[in-house]
Amino acid sequence: MADSPVIPQVLIELAEQFGALSFLAIGGVNALIPEIHRRVVDVYQWMSNAEFAQAFAISQASPGPNMLIVSVIGWKVYGFLGALVATLAICAPSSVLTFAVAHVWDRFRDAPLRAAIQRGLAPVTVGLVLASGYVLARAADETVAAYSVTLATALLALITRVHPLLFLGVAAALGAVGVV
Amino acid sequence: MSESSTAAERAPVTQADLFFGFLKVGVSGFGGVMPFARRMLVDERAWLTEREFTEVLSLSQFLPGPNIINVSIIVGNRFRGPLGAAIASLGLMLMPFLIVLALAALYARFATLEAVRGATAAVSSAATGLIIAMGLKMGQPLSGTVWQIVIAALAFVALALLRVPLLWALLILVPLSVALAWRTRR
Repeated sequence: MADSPVIPQVLIELAEQFGALSFLAIGGVNALIPEIHRRVVDVYQWMSNAEFAQAFAISQASPGPNMLIVSVIGWKVYGFLGALVATLAICAPSSVLTFAVAHVWDRFRDAPLRAAIQRGLAPVTVGLVLASGYVLARAADETVAAYSVTLATALLALITRVHPLLFLGVAAALGAVGVV
Repeated sequence: MSESSTAAERAPVTQADLFFGFLKVGVSGFGGVMPFARRMLVDERAWLTEREFTEVLSLSQFLPGPNIINVSIIVGNRFRGPLGAAIASLGLMLMPFLIVLALAALYARFATLEAVRGATAAVSSAATGLIIAMGLKMGQPLSGTVWQIVIAALAFVALALLRVPLLWALLILVPLSVALAWRTRR
C-alpha cells in the first residue's frame, strides 16, 4: 500500500496484526496473551518485556472486558489513534463473523460435530490460558517477592471466593510502600 | 428464527436500552465482565432466559474474538438487527476504553514516582496469579480425561516454552483435539 502516504505505516501494522489476531482469539483474549507478546515484544518490538507487563497491569486495573491490554498497546504505539485502531482491529473481524454465524448457528444446535468441536476446543483453551500465565509471569516477575505475589494470588484465588479486585488492591498497596 | 422473534416479543428493547444496558455491564467488572452480562441479560432485564443465555455464551466462546463482544453482537442483533449489534458493542466498550486510556496516561505521567512503579509492578504480578488460577479452574473439568490433559499440555508447551506462532499451534492442535473428541463422543 505504497499509495497511502497519509496513513502512518505503524497504524496499518497495528490494524493488520490485531485484525489477524481477532480470528485467532479462540477462548477469548486471555488465551491470546502469548501470541500478542510474541508479536508486540519479539517480532515488532513495539514495547519491552517490562512495558508489556505494565500494559497488562493497567488493563487489569481498569473495569471492563479483558481485551483492554490491546487498547493500551495501541496507545503506547501511536497514542489515541493507535488505541482506537488496535481496539477496532481486535473486535471488528470476529464481530462480523459472529454476526454472520449467529443466523445459522441455531440450526446446528444438536449436531454431534458441534459438540465435538466444543469439547475439542476446551483443552486447547486451557493450555493457552496457562501459557498466558507463564508468559506474563516471565514478563512481570523479576524478584522472588514478585513471584511470591503471583503464586500467593493464584493459590488464594483457587481456594477462596474472595473478589479478584481485592487481590489487586492489596498488591497495589504492598507495591506502593515498597514491600514487594 | 422463531426463537429470536419470541425473545423480541417478550419486551420491546430499544436501541437506547441496548446501549445503556451494555454500558453498565462494561464498567461493572474487572478482568472480565461476563458474570455481569449474565446478571443484566437474565436477572435484571429478562431479555434472555437462562437457557438462551447459555446458548449465546457457548456460541460466543466457540467463535473467535473477545467473548463478551460476541455476546453483545448476538444480543444486539437479535433485538435490533445490525444497528443494534453495533450499538450494543459500542455501549459495552466506550467507558472501559476511555478509562483504560486515562489510566495509561496517568501512569505515563507519574511513572517516575517510586510508589506508582511499585504498585503497578505488584498489580501485574497479582493479576498474573489470577490468570493462572483461572487457567487451572478451567482445567478442572478436564482432569478425568487423559487426552484432554495431553492436548492442554501440548498447547502450553508450544506457546509458553517453544514460542510457536499461535496459528501453527492451532492448525495442528485443534483438528487433532476435535478428532479425539469425535472418536470419544457419547
